[in-house]
Amino acid sequence: MKIAYYPGCTLKTKARNLEKAALASFKVLGIEVEELPRWNCCGAVYSLADDDLIHIVAPVRDLVRAQQQGAETVLTLCAMCYNTLARANDLMKNDEEKRDTINRFMDEEPDYFGEVKVVHLLDYIRDDYGFEKLAEKVVKPLKGIKVAPYYGCTLLRPREVALDKPDQPELFQKLMETLGAEVIEFPSATTCCGTYQVLGNPEAALDVSHGIITDAVDHGANAMALACPLCDYNLGKRQDQMKSKFENMPEMPIYYVSQLLAIALGIGAEECDFDLNRESSLKLLQANNLISA
Amino acid sequence: MSTVTDEKPAVEIKMIPVYIMGKKYEVPAELTIMKAIEYAGYKYIRGCGCRGGICGACATVYRKPGDYKIYTGLACQTVVEPNMYLTQLPFYPAIRATYDFSELHGEAEEVHALYPEVFRCVACNACTKVCPMDVEVMDYIAAIKRGDLKAAAEISFDCIQCGLCASRCMGELPQYHIAQLVRRINGAYLTPKAEHLQTMVANIEAGRYVKVLQELKAMDVETLKKTYTERELEPATAGDDWTPQSNKGL
Repeated sequence: MKIAYYPGCTLKTKARNLEKAALASFKVLGIEVEELPRWNCCGAVYSLADDDLIHIVAPVRDLVRAQQQGAETVLTLCAMCYNTLARANDLMKNDEEKRDTINRFMDEEPDYFGEVKVVHLLDYIRDDYGFEKLAEKVVKPLKGIKVAPYYGCTLLRPREVALDKPDQPELFQKLMETLGAEVIEFPSATTCCGTYQVLGNPEAALDVSHGIITDAVDHGANAMALACPLCDYNLGKRQDQMKSKFENMPEMPIYYVSQLLAIALGIGAEECDFDLNRESSLKLLQANNLISA
Repeated sequence: MSTVTDEKPAVEIKMIPVYIMGKKYEVPAELTIMKAIEYAGYKYIRGCGCRGGICGACATVYRKPGDYKIYTGLACQTVVEPNMYLTQLPFYPAIRATYDFSELHGEAEEVHALYPEVFRCVACNACTKVCPMDVEVMDYIAAIKRGDLKAAAEISFDCIQCGLCASRCMGELPQYHIAQLVRRINGAYLTPKAEHLQTMVANIEAGRYVKVLQELKAMDVETLKKTYTERELEPATAGDDWTPQSNKGL
């Protein structure tokens, strides 16, 4: 059966490179996904206020849509959408009182009890597709790419929705290893990039992001991979600001996990929308003969 | 043989109670809300509109006894029900962004910049529930958020700009104004241009019809009538590819 695919708004605009490379990879891998015919913004951030149930309505509505479609699994690519949908699902499954309140409020939709499973590309490959099967499909091992897999926060926290052990995750490294890249372990792999502080306190966010990149460089990385458009903004798009603030700031190519997956599967650069990445991202792949110049 | 009399046939008019702005009136059960309001003695100066279910001027909100639901409809189309509480809401304030359409490029970001409040939507769906035209308002707002203006234009196509969506929105969005901008953008930038129209406009601008029109203008009335009646008529059974032998008088 086809898997219901929830893209999220940013993947249709500023992070098209995350989606396009993933969909191209699914075709090669034989993973059949179908975008939900109706979906709304998940809200991007899971509300932490205990009584703020109105902000849970949006992600629950998406889960209801998936269920209406007859799907058992909803696949996400964006780390924030994953987090928001998975936590809303967790609440609907386990918090009877809040579930009743939300179901009563959404009286135009069928009741929902958390039946749908929310997965991310990373755990889907680990748990359903399998690294061994993936290894067989790799035609262009990512030789020369010393990649620091960067989790950020939302794939690993809180515990209820963590894709792996929050303090010592291995999943992302395993995937990069399977794709033939040299994996760089670095302590900042699960440090927050600064997220929305970029709006209220942009200098503080810049300092944090800078620390993460220099940590990756210090451990020998020549590339970073991630799965979150906001991390990409802070670590990728803001590197020019880091360069004017910090001396000897190195250039760091940033990739979405899906782009490295696609390249290793032999998919052409035209399916990866590298024009939305830093220029150095394309150059590093060209320098290592992974895509034609 | 029947005889004609002055007596009117006995028609039983069933009267039902309705509450217009909280006051009880007995009105004939078959009337629309609009006619019932007039029957009750109110006179429309504005907020009446086309009386044909199209213009959106007579949006009405009502409730039924023992039911927490809000119901809506167009007063000119909705028939009264016993004990309904109703009021007309012919206008609901919503701020329309000011823009020079010729300076837009049809980008989603432009819509987001003109109506940043679109991101206040929490997908509560109150807009869709209240829409008297059954437009999936929340879905077109969702489409706008993710930059799919074409989908938004198509979903909002039946909008009659009554404003009830804006009246119910907890994010305080002016949905119907945003949708109108999106449909304009769809028409101007996202819909393929009709090539035959451009060819025709070019022909007109090149003066193709100037001579014919001048000849017509110079004719006296009798010649004009004769030319018109003697023109080649399209046969009733003609197919789509029918073309006249002569364009005289056409």
